[in-house]
Amino acid sequence: MQLFMQQLVNGISLGSIYALIALGYTMVYGTIRLINFAHGDIYMVGAFFGYFLVSVLNVNVFLAMLLAGVFCAILGVVIEKVAYKPLRKSTRVAALITAIGVSFFLQNVMIYFLGPEVRAFPSTIPVMPFRVFGIVINMKQVFVFITTVILMIVLNAIVKYTKMGKAMRAVAVDSEAAELMGIDVNRVISFTFALGSALAGVAGVLVGVYYNSISATMGTTPGLKAFVAAVVGGVGSIPGAMIGGYLIGLLETIVTFMGGSMYKDAAVYALLIVILLIKPSGLFGKNVKEKV
Amino acid sequence: MNRFHIRNMVWLAAAVLGFLALYALVQAGIINRFYQITLVTIMINIIYAVGLNLVLGVAGQFSLGHAGFIAIGAYSAAIFTKAMETNTTGLYVGMAVGVGLSIILALIVGIPTLRLKGDYLAIATLGVAEIVRVIINNMRDLTNGPAGISGIPLVSNWINVYIFMVITTIFILNFVYSSAGRATMAIQQDEIAAESMGVNVTLYKVSAFVLGAITASIGGSLQATFLGIVTPGDYTFERSIDVLIIVVFGGIGSFTGSFVAAILLGLLNVFLQDYGQLRMVIYAIALVLIMIFRPGGLLGTRELRLGSLVTKALGKDKEAVS
Repeated sequence: MQLFMQQLVNGISLGSIYALIALGYTMVYGTIRLINFAHGDIYMVGAFFGYFLVSVLNVNVFLAMLLAGVFCAILGVVIEKVAYKPLRKSTRVAALITAIGVSFFLQNVMIYFLGPEVRAFPSTIPVMPFRVFGIVINMKQVFVFITTVILMIVLNAIVKYTKMGKAMRAVAVDSEAAELMGIDVNRVISFTFALGSALAGVAGVLVGVYYNSISATMGTTPGLKAFVAAVVGGVGSIPGAMIGGYLIGLLETIVTFMGGSMYKDAAVYALLIVILLIKPSGLFGKNVKEKV
Repeated sequence: MNRFHIRNMVWLAAAVLGFLALYALVQAGIINRFYQITLVTIMINIIYAVGLNLVLGVAGQFSLGHAGFIAIGAYSAAIFTKAMETNTTGLYVGMAVGVGLSIILALIVGIPTLRLKGDYLAIATLGVAEIVRVIINNMRDLTNGPAGISGIPLVSNWINVYIFMVITTIFILNFVYSSAGRATMAIQQDEIAAESMGVNVTLYKVSAFVLGAITASIGGSLQATFLGIVTPGDYTFERSIDVLIIVVFGGIGSFTGSFVAAILLGLLNVFLQDYGQLRMVIYAIALVLIMIFRPGGLLGTRELRLGSLVTKALGKDKEAVS
């Protein structure tokens, strides 16, 4: 039982990271109905930017996280303007292929300039394990969890109480109607990308701190899994993405705990397929009737 | 003898001429051992791309799971070719087993997931392909795990690959130009309209998906027995993307486009070989630029209609004579 509880703690740390990435997917999908395949790679760029700041410039890890967030926000906006905006009126498949192209581009540019090898992220947070009811929790896990919770609260506040957040929600419901009401849809979309990418950038630094290793291809698998998390929670729903992220994190650690560590990725994809078949709109998604 | 009308004969002649031309080039040593690898890679890519084009271009279903079916074909061929005494029989038995497994998987996956729209389908098929890879990775007794199978007898060469390329292309094109193919195309253009005209949407979507899976599996079998090695790492999500790039580059829905794109990209690969990773960067930029400036790809949905060209030419001749 204690071992199981231990796995839960690990699962929550992992889930925090998935949740942060999933939020970006879900917000972007909510506004422009695009699976931003490049999102996982923005997270990777964030990790590398954080690595650069911490190990080369000796920046404090909190500041590095903030700067990585800002950098990724700019990157996200640039990607949106250059690659996605010209395609807003074209087919969904075209937009999706473009997103895959951007993902490939980011990944291969990083490999080209920095090499494909795994790099060690300097450990900046002391491990300092301590026991709570016999469960070992270390400082890194606390750090990851608290950072995530703070970011989620901030995000929720932005979406709920600011003017921009209101505009975001309006665009998500009906972008044409929002435009008619005088909302600058392009600005809202850019803002959404900035917000989502910033969260991914922070998640990248968190992963660096938590696992101490980063590589140019680290974005693909967590990116896909975070997307699964977003779908499980209901694409477009912010609380859904958070809960989906934690569910995926817990699922992975539980499957590992049951001795199926080799199958943990398969379990996540299997969950995705099951959810898509049983409740395609996800746990928190709204059912949208298709109009002819 | 409708079956032997002039269009089919013209295409048959083109296929035979193509074969003879390649044969002459190989015999003359112009296509040496090194270029043969390029040649076979191009032809196998054509097999993959034609299959994916059927799913994506004709049926309009965005599948990112091609790598899963390729992996099934490759591993079946690898296992049987190594196990059986006559290697060539092994290849064909393995290929048949791979095709059988692919059909079963495509049905299991296709029937429920093809209800999903666009991007959801893409993610679901991607998930299936990843699951296939994870399973292959873990069935150590059969597949030797992450290290893969090496030392597969090299029973494939450009000749049988060429023959299979022609067969699978004919197979797929026959489907496309049949009434089933037209129904499938109707689904791609407007699913609801097609359904209201009485088209069995699920049936044709699944048929296209299964045909795509079959050709992918055949291509995988050939590739495994040409290269002599299979590892799970060869069949990641990126393998599916490679095929997708060919289809998109040539024009979604244009089979001629898939041929042209596979050949052009194959040749481009030879020239860019020394640049390594930069090649992938160029690929990525090209993919984005094509989507932005020429979303229809090189050829759009145009096809080279050799048969029509010849009949037209002959028709004119007749008029000129009379």
